[in-house]
Amino acid sequence: MEKTRREFILSTTRAIGLAALGGLLWSAYVDEVTANALILRPPGALDEADFLRQCIKCGMCVEACPYDTLKLATAGSNRPLGTPYFEPREVPCYMCPEIPCVPVCPTDALDITKVSTNNQLDINKAQMGIAVVDTKNCVAFWGIQCDACYRACPLLDKAIFLEYTKNERTGKHAFLKPIVDSDYCTGCGLCERACVTQEAAIFVLPREVGMGRVGDHYIKGWDKSDEKRVENATAKTTTTEISSRKAVDSLNDMGDLLND
Amino acid sequence: MINILHKHRFLILRRIVQVSLMLLYIAGNVWGWKFLQGNLSTSLLLETIPLSDPYAVLQMFVAGAIVSSNLIIGALIITTFYLTIGGRVFCSWVCPVNIITDAAAYLRRKLKFDSVSKKQPASRNIRYWVLGLSLVLSYILAVSAFEFISPIAITHRAIIFGMGLGWAAMLIIFLFDLFVLKHGWCGHICPLGGFYSVVGKFGLVRVDHDEKKCTVCMKCKEVCPEMQVLHMVGKSSEQVLSGECTNCGRCIEVCDDDALNFSIRRLAKERGNETSD
Repeated sequence: MEKTRREFILSTTRAIGLAALGGLLWSAYVDEVTANALILRPPGALDEADFLRQCIKCGMCVEACPYDTLKLATAGSNRPLGTPYFEPREVPCYMCPEIPCVPVCPTDALDITKVSTNNQLDINKAQMGIAVVDTKNCVAFWGIQCDACYRACPLLDKAIFLEYTKNERTGKHAFLKPIVDSDYCTGCGLCERACVTQEAAIFVLPREVGMGRVGDHYIKGWDKSDEKRVENATAKTTTTEISSRKAVDSLNDMGDLLND
Repeated sequence: MINILHKHRFLILRRIVQVSLMLLYIAGNVWGWKFLQGNLSTSLLLETIPLSDPYAVLQMFVAGAIVSSNLIIGALIITTFYLTIGGRVFCSWVCPVNIITDAAAYLRRKLKFDSVSKKQPASRNIRYWVLGLSLVLSYILAVSAFEFISPIAITHRAIIFGMGLGWAAMLIIFLFDLFVLKHGWCGHICPLGGFYSVVGKFGLVRVDHDEKKCTVCMKCKEVCPEMQVLHMVGKSSEQVLSGECTNCGRCIEVCDDDALNFSIRRLAKERGNETSD
């Protein structure tokens, strides 16, 4: 009787211990593989955390993509296993107007409302990423004429426009500098694909990685619509009480200083 | 020759089903066939009928995902299907990992590993612990926990969408089953197998044992990947009612005495004795 009770306690604690051990290892692994922030998702994808929860990894978006842009992360690719992504330098997103990859998603991890205006599919609303220019390695910023990315951009003159400035070095040429407007850039990566440098000097990053955020502390006072941005900001005034006497005394009161 | 075919009739059928399903999925991805698209997690049959892995959907639900009606319908169709023909039919007739673990088990038998070390050190209930753990972790991590480590998903995605290091996952399972634990993955650990074992408890297609014909040669137990379900062999005439039976039909094939056969579950006990054949 005593022995079976001991056996029972031992086997129960062992099972609980092993479950805890396995659970910790398991969750550590899942946490690690889902932590990849540098991954570009198909058009209409939810925010990364929601996307990872919602995607069932069926690959139907991959099958629907006519350009073989989308891939499913394989084992060993160091990306969240089985989820769809693309690498623009290899194959960019060609921004099909009918967006075949989105409506086939059975779980709404690719949300059709994120790429539609007035219930009409609108690929220009996609926010797959943001193109970023490395101005040190972009030859246009050296003064060499190159508008490969600008020409490749499907939203030419909106998502990428050229800024003309005078080239002081030669005194008679112009810089044609490509500038990305994040209001329009979809992150399709056609610019990255077209870039002529050995490693692309314009490349697409996920928007959370490639963009800053102003926050509620600054608004464009000259722009009425910018006030809307901070409409829901909670204003909180903090006052710090300063003793005016002490502030003066700190310069004059030598007593304590000499005592030490 | 005919005899060999007859002795492996279910095995051959199973391989045909497994391979042709994978081929249909591959054709869906590579050549754009519209017959069966997606993979074993979720697919679309004939561009209309959704099919979803109910265990994956359950994990999503626990993780707090918004489960679309498509997924619910797909999961219900699959669950109903396996409720009818026996839950773990998925394991032995559909799952591609089954081919790997069967190969390991075959090699173990041929190399006579099991006569050297008979005792299996692990419990077959581990899978239910893993099943429970996967749901707890899905809730805590807010993602489908098993789907991010599942060797089953790695394997079928590797076959359908491109290999990557997927072969390594297959090799790990093969070596584990060969050297570490007999029927280790499918019979002990796999939570999807555990899930379908629970579903399979209510399945209608059952292996039926006729004790009067049995000569107690024990060939069936030797070949069965879940031999605990054959506890009645040589003892009493009854159906294999455990949900852990995969309905693979290996026991029926190897039986030289026609003591095992597929049957439909007898729902009422007393009526069952009259209709049994």
